[in-house]
Amino acid sequence: MNIPHLLSLFDTPAISTIAVAAVASASCSMLGCYLVLRRMSLLGDAISHAVLPGIALGFLIGGSTTSAWIFVCAAGVGLLTTLLVQALTDQGQIAEDSSLGVVFTSLFALGVVMIAIVGPRVDLDLDCVLYGLLELVPLDTVTFFGIEIPRALISLTAVLVLTMVFVALFWKELKIVSFDPQLADAMGLRAAVVHYLLMGMVALAVVAAFNAIGSVLVLAMLVVPPVTGHLLSDRLGRMMAWAVAAAVASAVLATVGDAYLDVGVAPLLPLMSGALFIVALFFAPRHGLITRLWHRLALAVRIKAEDVMAALYRAEETGDAAAGLAWRRCLAAAGRGPLAWLALPQLWIGGRARWPAGGQVQLTERGREAARSLVRSHRLWEAYLGEHFELPLDHLHAPAERIEHYIGPSLREQLARELAGPGTDPHGKQIPPEAR
Amino acid sequence: MIGYNTAVVLAGTSLLGANAGLIGSFAVLRRRALLGDTLAHAALPGLCLGFLALGHRSLPAMLAGALASGVTGIAIVAVLRRFTRIKDDAALGIVLSLSFGLGLALLRWIQTSATGGSKSGIANYIFGTAAGMIADDVKLIAGVSLFSLLAVLLFYKEFRLVTFDAGFARVQGWPATLLDFLVMALVAASVIVGLPAVGVVLTAALLILPAAAARLWTERLGFMLLLAAVFGAAIGASGTAFSVGMGGLPTGPLIVLTGAAVFLFSLLFANRRGVVARLAAERNMRQRVAEQTLLRVMFEFSEADLPARPPVAAAALARSCAWSPAELERQLRRAVALSWLEPMATGAWRFTSSGLDQATRVARGYRLWRALLTEQPEAASLMSELDLEAIDRMLPAETVRELEAKMKL
Repeated sequence: MNIPHLLSLFDTPAISTIAVAAVASASCSMLGCYLVLRRMSLLGDAISHAVLPGIALGFLIGGSTTSAWIFVCAAGVGLLTTLLVQALTDQGQIAEDSSLGVVFTSLFALGVVMIAIVGPRVDLDLDCVLYGLLELVPLDTVTFFGIEIPRALISLTAVLVLTMVFVALFWKELKIVSFDPQLADAMGLRAAVVHYLLMGMVALAVVAAFNAIGSVLVLAMLVVPPVTGHLLSDRLGRMMAWAVAAAVASAVLATVGDAYLDVGVAPLLPLMSGALFIVALFFAPRHGLITRLWHRLALAVRIKAEDVMAALYRAEETGDAAAGLAWRRCLAAAGRGPLAWLALPQLWIGGRARWPAGGQVQLTERGREAARSLVRSHRLWEAYLGEHFELPLDHLHAPAERIEHYIGPSLREQLARELAGPGTDPHGKQIPPEAR
Repeated sequence: MIGYNTAVVLAGTSLLGANAGLIGSFAVLRRRALLGDTLAHAALPGLCLGFLALGHRSLPAMLAGALASGVTGIAIVAVLRRFTRIKDDAALGIVLSLSFGLGLALLRWIQTSATGGSKSGIANYIFGTAAGMIADDVKLIAGVSLFSLLAVLLFYKEFRLVTFDAGFARVQGWPATLLDFLVMALVAASVIVGLPAVGVVLTAALLILPAAAARLWTERLGFMLLLAAVFGAAIGASGTAFSVGMGGLPTGPLIVLTGAAVFLFSLLFANRRGVVARLAAERNMRQRVAEQTLLRVMFEFSEADLPARPPVAAAALARSCAWSPAELERQLRRAVALSWLEPMATGAWRFTSSGLDQATRVARGYRLWRALLTEQPEAASLMSELDLEAIDRMLPAETVRELEAKMKL
């Protein structure tokens, strides 16, 4: 396949729609990462509403939907929003959420009235505010080095490149300002300058995205993909990469979904990013709700299984090595609760206990090794407590029972060294040797 | 003469505004202003589902759906905030934008696929239209307003406590969570009944603008509630009037713009917190400090020769006060006008007898404050205002005597 042929894909409306939606969402979600981290998502909301009068003004001056005036005016109004909110909060002594609410609703109302009055003259109506102009994108194309591409894509790509350059140039500064504004001030960084630059860029990205998804739903692309990224990673670079990936994926899914549902790409774009967000919310490797629940369940079952192994080991110590314990006694050793029933299957699956038909539960060789380490941890801890804290003898078992599950080989070694290789715990029980 | 329909619409929107002002005051004071915004956006899917369930435009069904989905949205915000690493602002943004996207998708679906002539009106819920308001709608609004009013009257003390110090309320054994929930329920109800007239996107403004404007005029909750309700009613009625007068522009934006005008006026001209009043107060304060500085510096130059009133050269004053020559000139002229100083022939000034009395008081206050700040800095750090002449009023007489003894005045 030669290159011109590949690029002629832009002839099909779906591809140009995807390209426009993806490029628009990508710049929004890159910048949105900083908004989310700085807990300023709602300032993004305010800017996305407030650029409307700027857009209307740009239409008035330029007379078309692709006029550069739109960018100039809207970015100006976006910055103005930030300044107004700041001024109302600092000078006007009005609570920050109220100043946000006052500024953005007023400007948005102004924009709606402007569009309602002048819109009919410049092919702009209130539906554009809600749904954007994505449907018009494939119709309005320009020829660029012999390839037909949507006109909107040129300005959108310019904004995306500008965003990437901005983020790359100010990577360090933006990072410090986002995570530690006080440090930024102390280091002599102009935190305010970086802040207003960022807000200006947000306004630009929002205006660019107005083409794709209208001015109300832009908020979704400013917030939802970055939050998805934040759920997936703790590092800024990766968070941003995930955010952009989620944004692009939403663009593709929304365009495909629109082919089936026919409700417009604009409302589907947030919904698809929302679906990706929900997946991340539940299944993110570290921060997902279900993942976290799963880890806690696994830990609880592991502790119960270890308790059973320790009980089996102690039974072997006192009685006949081969006899084992009845399953009811094992269940009792695992404590109460439904999770206790999972302890024996877990040992059996892990090959650490066997259960001959009709017989007692017994440790396997592997189980015995593991149990020995556990009992060693337990008794070393008891000996350590007995040596260093003036606790009565009957107060040693309970803490050791809790901590035995978290003591690894290196800590055991340290304890043994500290205690100069004791043979027995304070109760007089043998401390078993370290397993090999 | 206004017609019956216009009268109904005006009554409805002014009641709506009054109710939103009343309830919005609590939301604004509790820093929950934007929760109303999220609630309104989250109401859109429910509104559409209510329409789809019945297949025609029925206000009660749609408002019930709106209430259900709005409250669900708020509940999701609470869950996200409580159980995940997502912060407050992002949780609000997520719920707001996603539910609005869902609402718009449903709306498009209704417009393209639903049958019947009644579907056209539903898009009006986005930006609001009061034109279609009928007597039954007004009755509903009146019912909700009456309920809000009764709830506020009945639980005034409790609401006040929870609004200003929820932690204290909890410690005192009040059911703070329940009261908070009740306030939120009232907010939800006033947002939902406002949706048809003001629209999903801008309903929050009706909660915020009257309350934020009223807050600028008063420090008392009761008066603020009353004022916010009056502002709200005025905004609702005049916004609607503009909408009708300007040939059916959407009501919501016009109501909001009227509200913005009221807010802007309050911001500039409110009696104490307004920008103009505060600038004037700042100017007065600066003037007073300048006067006192001049008197004190004059006093220090004259002190050695007391009770005679020796002339003091302007050059010496300029050095000590660190003023520009023009500023010194201005202050001196003022002091002469107040007949505290009199000009001598040689470009020097001296006290009049009343000026000397005044300057003695100022100098005494200055030295007492200085003594207090060095002797008992921790006590001085508690004083909010260090007015030179007010020291006798602000400190216990005993402390003043002690300080005077230390300074041997």
